[in-house]
Amino acid sequence: MTIVKRLLVAAVGALALAAPALAAGGDQHHPEEHTWSFEGPFGTFDRAAVRRGFQVYQNVCAACHSMKLLSIRNLGEKNGPFRVMPDPEHEGEVIEYTNPNDNPYLRAIAANYIIVDGPDSAGEMFERTGRPSDRFPSPFANEQQARASNGGAYPPDFSVIVKARHQGPEYIRSLLLGYGHEVPHDVHVAPGQYYNPYFPGGKLAMPPQLREGIVDYEGDIEATPEQMAHDVVAFLSWASDPKMEERKQLGLMVMIYLFIFAILMWFAYRAVWANVEH
Amino acid sequence: MSGPSTYKPSTGFERWLDQRLPIVRLGWDSFVDFPTPRNLNYWYTFGGILAVCLMTQIITGIVLAMHYVPHVDHAFASVERIMRDVNYGWLIRYIHANGASMFFLAVYLHIVRGLYYGSYKSPREILWILGVVIYLLMMAAAFMGYVLPWGQMSFWGAMVITNLIGSLPIIGGPITELLWGGFTVGNPTLNRFFSLHYLIPFLIAGAVILHIWALHVPGNGNPTGISVKSSRDTLPFHPYYTVKDGFAIVVFMLVFAFFVFYWPNALGHADNYIEANPLATPAHIVPEWYLLPFYAILRAVPDKLMGVLLMFGSIGILFILPWLDTSKVRSMRYRPMAKWFFIFFVVSALILGICGAMNPDDPSPFFGMSYLWVARIFTAYYFAYFLVILPLLGFIEKPKPRPASIEEAVLGPRAHAAPAAAE
Amino acid sequence: MTDVNPSPEGHGQEPSRRDFIYIAAGGAAAIGGAFLLWPFIDQMNPAADTLAVSTTEVNLADVAEGEQLTVMYQGKPTFVRHRTAEEVAAARETGPNQIPDGDSRNLNLVEGSDATDQHRSAMAAGVRDGVEVDATLRERFIIMLANCTHLGCVPVGQSGDYHGWYCPCHGSHYDTAGRIRRGPAPENLHIPPYTFLSGTTIRIG
Repeated sequence: MTIVKRLLVAAVGALALAAPALAAGGDQHHPEEHTWSFEGPFGTFDRAAVRRGFQVYQNVCAACHSMKLLSIRNLGEKNGPFRVMPDPEHEGEVIEYTNPNDNPYLRAIAANYIIVDGPDSAGEMFERTGRPSDRFPSPFANEQQARASNGGAYPPDFSVIVKARHQGPEYIRSLLLGYGHEVPHDVHVAPGQYYNPYFPGGKLAMPPQLREGIVDYEGDIEATPEQMAHDVVAFLSWASDPKMEERKQLGLMVMIYLFIFAILMWFAYRAVWANVEH
Repeated sequence: MSGPSTYKPSTGFERWLDQRLPIVRLGWDSFVDFPTPRNLNYWYTFGGILAVCLMTQIITGIVLAMHYVPHVDHAFASVERIMRDVNYGWLIRYIHANGASMFFLAVYLHIVRGLYYGSYKSPREILWILGVVIYLLMMAAAFMGYVLPWGQMSFWGAMVITNLIGSLPIIGGPITELLWGGFTVGNPTLNRFFSLHYLIPFLIAGAVILHIWALHVPGNGNPTGISVKSSRDTLPFHPYYTVKDGFAIVVFMLVFAFFVFYWPNALGHADNYIEANPLATPAHIVPEWYLLPFYAILRAVPDKLMGVLLMFGSIGILFILPWLDTSKVRSMRYRPMAKWFFIFFVVSALILGICGAMNPDDPSPFFGMSYLWVARIFTAYYFAYFLVILPLLGFIEKPKPRPASIEEAVLGPRAHAAPAAAE
Repeated sequence: MTDVNPSPEGHGQEPSRRDFIYIAAGGAAAIGGAFLLWPFIDQMNPAADTLAVSTTEVNLADVAEGEQLTVMYQGKPTFVRHRTAEEVAAARETGPNQIPDGDSRNLNLVEGSDATDQHRSAMAAGVRDGVEVDATLRERFIIMLANCTHLGCVPVGQSGDYHGWYCPCHGSHYDTAGRIRRGPAPENLHIPPYTFLSGTTIRIG
């Protein structure tokens, strides 16, 4: 087994060679660290934060950013933010709405959307109010229209945005709060662009969005930019990976099972080889 | 498959079947009573682990193909539909995606074992060559599979790799167009990659059957490199190695499950969650980790054609390895010089992997040299190991004394002193 | 397993403890395998998006008397038929005892309701609170899944010996209430759950 040790030492050495290079960045700032409820092997989504984040998405982001792979029903599916809600009639109790199609919160959300459906029997497209089974409608008909309305920039789709960015949650939060830094003299910011050191290249077409009180939160939580950034990232993290809680729960069972199985196999191995020199 | 069969049909039906289709006899002689050297260590369990990997990929792949849509307009969304709407789709896809990485992890350890213990040497040259064929097929399957989700890395990976072939003189252009089914990577390309991605695992399975057949003719090698001399050198495959392989497989599955459930996207690239856009290349495109050393070799040469030839040569050289290594000693356990050259070879392959992940012009911690130059140095060593070091060592190296038999290596010289105690 | 064990040193351990370990390890493998099988089977069941898009809305005002509209409900063709007064009368002449399948096959009713015309027509459907639906309209309309209960072909309307539906595949005759009268089909045409959302619109599912 000495070959194992030698190779391990060699591998560690080779990685040590790479470590400083991996850590080195250019001018782009590293995303700020932040604590999330969904981190770690037992982390779960903070449902209330995800709901507030959805409110921020709806009122702020959705004007430009589509979320075309998600349906309204997703909000009420297993581990979704609107599935288990406080019971309006009995204080302190909750109701689980097992069928997203009948979830009153989702029906209310869906009713805000106008969906183009059809063709009807006359071959015409028609408009109707949304249902929970509908996808979130996109703000623009296509990429060209989105670019034309945003000074040539294409607001990315938000369906899997957190998985599509390195260090997704930290990056998006830092970006949202990263405006207002002094522009370095070697950076030229053209009209219609904004300086943000967390963005690759430092310049982006999105103006700062999270102003104090742009969203009305229910209850005592104040809609500060930090709070809204935290909440909307919680929402987007859920949207990107709605099966995360299910995955971690099943993972725990599987790891425990495999661990016990490995121990049993070890003893079986010892028993079989007990009297054999090898 | 070698030596007289020890299978004895016990029931009338088994006798009847054995005279018509001796399939039980084949299984018995190959996996139950197959004589296996008694001194195999855990490095020899990766064969069994790889069989599990192949089955996992085939089964999860067949399931994913039930839900995947091979069309440029729907591929990305259909993969996300698998992740969100299909029952346990997220689990099956994460097993398949991480399974590719686990497959390569196991195959690299399997290859390292073969290189160290001289498993490629006579009489196992065909066994080794079949292994290299399997490895090439795995790389083709992995590359085409990575294209299917139609993310940014899928698209640009396909673009770069297919353009490599375009560097071949005269035939390069027509072949690339043939691969694309158009004038660039597009819907026809995606469709045929899906078809071939489904086909190749079955070719691998066929090559694996030949690989096992070629293994069972001379029998397993072993860490001493000494051929089996008597029945006291061996144990029946079952239960000794079924249980040892079984234990190793479960430990391997623990590692596998950790990635699937707790770190499923660690081995992938974030850009592949952005839908393919033929108008914008990602700032930094890299292949999957298991192809990085070859990517570094490709970029180490300033000439496009030479780079491609060198990259294919780095794998092609493995085909003639049995004839490049001139030493009569199989195991590096008894080769004091080759051992250190080999360890440095593994290190240089790892460093090439790092170079493949980095921007070639960035300075490395290696005396501030650019990664391009680091890659050049270790590429040179990669080829020198096969073309210079192994051929020469056979003549200048003085091997350490070796035991007379596996039995002696295991039990010490006393086995010869008291052979009567054995039965 | 001990049979193939050629261990020259013999059996030092108690066989019972060894057997226990083998049985435990083998059992763990079998249990794990059985659990692993489930995701691979369950993935074939309808996915969440398929289950969610499971309702269809139809405006009955578009269907004139004597006409039939075929809509899609859960991917299946569904008849929306506006029957004439004669057809309703013909269906009412035949009671559930006189036909092969006496069950209404109507998911809007409790299981085992008999196959009267009232139980087959829209009179059996639910109505949303506060909505009034014209009684004639309810007795005229019949909404049924369009797949023959024999082997799934789509029957042809206003044909066959009973002037209801006739399945050309294997010759099943249905009457004007969609009840099987003659031929190989075992059951009446199935009626999906549906509700009146307004005086003239229904939601199937």
